[in-house]
Amino acid sequence: MDKVILAQELSLAYNSNETIINKATFSINSGNFVFITGASGSGKSTLLKSFYGALEPRLGNLTVGGVEMNRISSKKLNFLRKHIGIIFQDYKLIKEWTIEKNVMLPLLINGYATDVSEMQVQKLLTHVKLNHQNGKYPLELSGGEQQRVAMARALAHNPILILADESTGNLDEYSSNVIWNLLEGANSQLKATVVVVTHHIPESLNINYKHFHIEYGSIYEVS
Amino acid sequence: MKSLKNHLSLIIALFTILLTLQIFIGVDRTIDAYENNLNENYSIIVVSDQNISTEQFRLINPIINLGEEISAKAIIKRIQNEMKNKKIDLHKIVLPHFYRLHLDSFPTPTEINQLSDQLQRKSYIKRVENFSQTHNTTYKLLLLFKWVTMILAGAILAVTTLLILKEMRIWQFQHRERMNIMALFGAPVWLRSAVLFRLSIVDALIATFLAISTFIAVEHYGWAQEALRVINVQIPLFNTFNDGLILLGVALSLSIILASLIVMGHKEEV
Repeated sequence: MDKVILAQELSLAYNSNETIINKATFSINSGNFVFITGASGSGKSTLLKSFYGALEPRLGNLTVGGVEMNRISSKKLNFLRKHIGIIFQDYKLIKEWTIEKNVMLPLLINGYATDVSEMQVQKLLTHVKLNHQNGKYPLELSGGEQQRVAMARALAHNPILILADESTGNLDEYSSNVIWNLLEGANSQLKATVVVVTHHIPESLNINYKHFHIEYGSIYEVS
Repeated sequence: MKSLKNHLSLIIALFTILLTLQIFIGVDRTIDAYENNLNENYSIIVVSDQNISTEQFRLINPIINLGEEISAKAIIKRIQNEMKNKKIDLHKIVLPHFYRLHLDSFPTPTEINQLSDQLQRKSYIKRVENFSQTHNTTYKLLLLFKWVTMILAGAILAVTTLLILKEMRIWQFQHRERMNIMALFGAPVWLRSAVLFRLSIVDALIATFLAISTFIAVEHYGWAQEALRVINVQIPLFNTFNDGLILLGVALSLSIILASLIVMGHKEEV
């Protein structure tokens, strides 16, 4: 199986004084569904940031989708990000854009034709049960609805890798279920690799998953 | 309201630059026209033992446009009251040739001295009168005026450019969230900065329109022409098509270059 993420002796830090992740070695195969857990401040989000190139490895090697992340050029980084879908805890939606345009963003960046993009957006908004909210702006929606828009955006361009950073942390049960169902569907039907950073793994999941736990800067695989 | 204020800051700064540029172009044109006027009235007097054609003068220095011989009659007329007729006849025989040299362009003091030296090196030329004292004063005044205009234009350009850069940084700050989100999905720099370029281009177009309208009004009401008439210069200070294109080109280039500088200096925040 192809390794979508391969970390060897990976160390991550924001400054030279404090290492967040210390010499971690692990791999995530194509099609895996992976949970990364750990206490608050343990480095879960930091690790996820390194996967989409927002933080460069301090030491060691990290390869994502076959792209070497050490001293990555902006051109390569853009190429990689075009194949990744990211869901953030704070949604990161563009407030001045309607929800359709927000979902369309990855399609616009990837150069999809307008009619194809519009169809895909409507399909996804129906999946996240927001098709009745067409034309609204993010701030007119509830937190759960905004996260569903972010979910639709992450799936819009059929990414090979989906990264979710505490994506259901503040959500109501209904929105959480919608998100988990879509992540499961993306993994089982679209064969996307899914990496979810979370405090709690939901018990209702019907898939096989891998579980990494971070403690004191080290990463352990939980069997 | 705040957004309108931000737009106005950039439009006013760009408008000031265009106004300064067009004033500089106008002053330059006026000085050129004034120099031409001066050149038409300026000549060097040469006294020679022999006949010299314009071609021969041009061989000495190509800046000479015309060597016009001053008729001996005119000179004799001036001195005939003071001399007896016999002496005047004698003078007619021995009187040298007088030439008035017209030049291609208004010369610099160095060019005048160089030309005088070259003329005086010829054995048949007896005397050269270049009226350098009068010429130097006028020339230095023109030069000073040109320099003052240039320095003022440069200072205004520097200050307004800094203001535009500051304004664009504010825009970038206002739109940084959108730009960062687009970057997270792999948008290339030009796409995520499109909003900055769009705003810069729109403001450049508005500033150009305002500047062109202002100069058309100035030309229409003839305010500048009135001032030029005092120094006997009649030239159009603003050519709507050519100068309009220059102003548009400068406004667009400047705003695009400055927006690019801001974009290149931007660091992604996550």
